[in-house]
Amino acid sequence: MIRLLHRIFPHPHLTFLLTIVWILLANKPSLNSVVFGLILGIIIPFITQPYWPDRPKLRNWPMVVEYILVVLWDIVIANITVARIILFKRDADRQPNWVCIPLELRTPEAITVLAGTITMTPGTVSCDLSAQGHNLLVHCLDAPDPGAVRDQIKHRYERRLKEIFE
Amino acid sequence: MGFIFEFLIAFFLVISGIFGLVGSYGMIKLKDPMSRLHAPTKATTLGVGGVLLASICHSVLIEHHLSLHELLITLFLFLTAPITALFIAKWHIHRHEKPEDLPDAGEDELWATHAVEQVEDVPDHSKT
Repeated sequence: MIRLLHRIFPHPHLTFLLTIVWILLANKPSLNSVVFGLILGIIIPFITQPYWPDRPKLRNWPMVVEYILVVLWDIVIANITVARIILFKRDADRQPNWVCIPLELRTPEAITVLAGTITMTPGTVSCDLSAQGHNLLVHCLDAPDPGAVRDQIKHRYERRLKEIFE
Repeated sequence: MGFIFEFLIAFFLVISGIFGLVGSYGMIKLKDPMSRLHAPTKATTLGVGGVLLASICHSVLIEHHLSLHELLITLFLFLTAPITALFIAKWHIHRHEKPEDLPDAGEDELWATHAVEQVEDVPDHSKT
């Protein structure tokens, strides 16, 4: 029975997500859109199954919610900080800097989420991975102390992602 | 009550306007290309986020129906904006940065963009 369910829903989270996205696209939660969303949510994971042979398992759902909230909060704070830098700091006083972040994360998906988060937080843009994927190159708009930026990213984001993915 | 709602919506619109403007001003003021890259990431987060919040508030509080299209816009922006930024950043590293200008890449020795250049098949466009 469980096997049969697994055949029909190879990726239950994706099924759920696709259904939600379809209902949001239709923009009114009618039975119509729910049924069609479910159909898409069953067909698409079924067809794309060969493309994700070893997808990571999310281990810690409360941490996912905490991570999203932390990132949203940081985006607001960082926006204000960067606005202050742009408006009130003379360009000569600003110290743009490259920061190298040694990664403990190994899952490609986790590194992708980390890089995306760093870019979406104003003031830092993730630019490159090292050749074997052990380090992340980040450009900072104003970082007199690159070590502090590295520690903050490692502590606030990477630690949580490690609990979620690994 | 309607006044408070309108005030709230206007507040979000003004916030987004301010941050969009500051982001655009940053594009002019910041001098080096890598710093300029920071300005658009600002405009896509709080700038767009403010408009979307205002839009949700307007449909719920004034028009009295729930519209969550806006959440999808946020989702797609958060998926696509980092990719654009990464493309521009990699282009910059490829054309303008030498391996010795960047911080040490640790045990991997080279950053991925430079590591690709060592493959002989890749044509050398840097002189054109």
